[in-house]
Amino acid sequence: MTAYALRRILGAIPTLLIIITLAFFMMRLAPGGPFDSQRRLPPEIEHNVKAAYHLDKPVYEQYFLYLGQLVHGDLGPSYKVKDFTVAQLIEEGLPVSIKLGLAAITLALTLGIALGVSAALNQNKLWDHAVMSVAMIGITVPTFVTGPLLTLIFGVYGLKLFGADISLPVAGWNGGALRNMILPVVVLALPQIAVIARLTRGSMVEVLHSNYIRTARAKGLPGHRIVTRHAMRAAILPLVSYLGPAVAQLVTGSLIVEQIFGLPGIGRYFVIAAVDRDYTLVLGGVIFYAVIIIVLNLLADLLYAVLDPRVSYRS
Amino acid sequence: MSATGVTGDGATLMRKAQDVQGRSLWVDAWRRLKRNRAAIVSMVLLAIIALMAVLAPLLSQYSYAAVDYGTISCAPDWWPGTDVACRAGGTHWFGTDSLGRDLFVRVLYGARVSLAVGLVATLMSLLIGVAYGAIAGYVGGRIDAVMMRFVDILYSLPFIFFVIILMVLFNRNFFLLFVAIGAIEWLTMARIVRGQALSIKQKEFIEAARAGGVNTWGIITHHVIPNVLGPVVVYVTLTIPNVILAESFLSFLGLGVQEPLTSWGVLISDGTGQIETAQWLLIFPAAFMALTLFCFNFIGDGLRDALDPKDR
Repeated sequence: MTAYALRRILGAIPTLLIIITLAFFMMRLAPGGPFDSQRRLPPEIEHNVKAAYHLDKPVYEQYFLYLGQLVHGDLGPSYKVKDFTVAQLIEEGLPVSIKLGLAAITLALTLGIALGVSAALNQNKLWDHAVMSVAMIGITVPTFVTGPLLTLIFGVYGLKLFGADISLPVAGWNGGALRNMILPVVVLALPQIAVIARLTRGSMVEVLHSNYIRTARAKGLPGHRIVTRHAMRAAILPLVSYLGPAVAQLVTGSLIVEQIFGLPGIGRYFVIAAVDRDYTLVLGGVIFYAVIIIVLNLLADLLYAVLDPRVSYRS
Repeated sequence: MSATGVTGDGATLMRKAQDVQGRSLWVDAWRRLKRNRAAIVSMVLLAIIALMAVLAPLLSQYSYAAVDYGTISCAPDWWPGTDVACRAGGTHWFGTDSLGRDLFVRVLYGARVSLAVGLVATLMSLLIGVAYGAIAGYVGGRIDAVMMRFVDILYSLPFIFFVIILMVLFNRNFFLLFVAIGAIEWLTMARIVRGQALSIKQKEFIEAARAGGVNTWGIITHHVIPNVLGPVVVYVTLTIPNVILAESFLSFLGLGVQEPLTSWGVLISDGTGQIETAQWLLIFPAAFMALTLFCFNFIGDGLRDALDPKDR
């Protein structure tokens, strides 16, 4: 398995190179540059600024210069956020984005699996239909609708429970306080809860009809033991391979969620940076997310082999 | 089939055999689909929405682009607590937006754009994906390995970022929107088709075709592709809602179609901005979009059940 992991890590290098190349040249192909503005700079100053960032050199030369920097772990300075390097900006947003993402995936997994298993145990009964209908809503209603709606209900109108005002803050991070995290995490997790519930239900129904479950029943094992010890273990396996795509979707979703709730994560920089032609910041963001997705995909595949004895990566 | 048994000479037997109507996979699937109430209702609803979108200019006296400062942000007449002064401008079934434009017409025009993006981008992903997957799967060997490795690489790209870059850089070109979204969706299609093609390749009828002298291209177009269409159709109905969602996602970031043209995503993102004062601006476009995505998902599920050979 170590050999497999090594091979995958080596294989990720050309992938990353393709990503960087594509993103780099796409940015440069576009009209406009980071230092265009309404008020034109005096030509000498403009020349000096461009020279400082190597923007006066031919594009291919810039490309190799950038790659050279990258090998040294240097993502370069941001062109627009003054006095910040791209690495600093990412470092600043990272704790927020990671905390948000981890909380969302944890919530999605626990709630999604619980709902999916309970639906499968009540197959074709009212509870099953109810859960699956709600899951369908979760899939079809986009994050940027649920976000403002939940904000309106729980933040603006607020809730009064036992006389205490428990309305949630509508925006802001506040150092990651629990109250501030509830709404963004729930909004980010909702579509994933729905998908995971559907997946779990599907595989659980299949597993419950398999022979070894019938054997377990015939042995006279109590129902809860069959579910937790025998059925669920096999039923949640397909979820492991869904973790990779799920993470990619969470990343995409966090772009929106960070914007809606004004959170100081990494996602909010990205769109602004693209509009501003902040080349290094956009590239830094793309590389960062690509690495995250590649690493988590690899981890998911390895985890799969650990959990499922039928899968082996020895070639 | 008649119950007369096998008597008589060869000629009558032949005639009888010709009388028997064969049931193709698709006729079979259609019979099963017809029994799925959710799928049928979804198809009818979708047809109605599509028809309304096509006939949009005929269904309302208002233009989708005409600004009317006399009817700014009016609630629908039947909305609880409607301001009476707003009713002067005529009937606005869904109310009006912050520029006094009729929301009903704008939702229908939004349906045009959203459905068009959904269909065209899906068609693109269908053409690329099926051709790519069928060739990789049927030809196999080293070519297959290289082609699928390429798909694997593309799979790990954070594609939405590339779409964002594309849309920002090339000034929200409408055509590019189709291309960009289609370019994401064909990957899964190619994988599905390749998997199917790999198993079809081993079947006897392919061997028969090869023995009969059909060339590779002929086999792929006439024998492989028609036989992978089942899973492809299912995936297409599930791709369309994904594409519509992707478009609305871009619109929310301000990278979708440009005013005065609109799409459900644009309308929804406008609506979220005024959610405290004018809820109808969010509710109607969101309801239309959710309903459409619901329908596509139900049809996709229905088709999967209808075409799944496990059930037979």
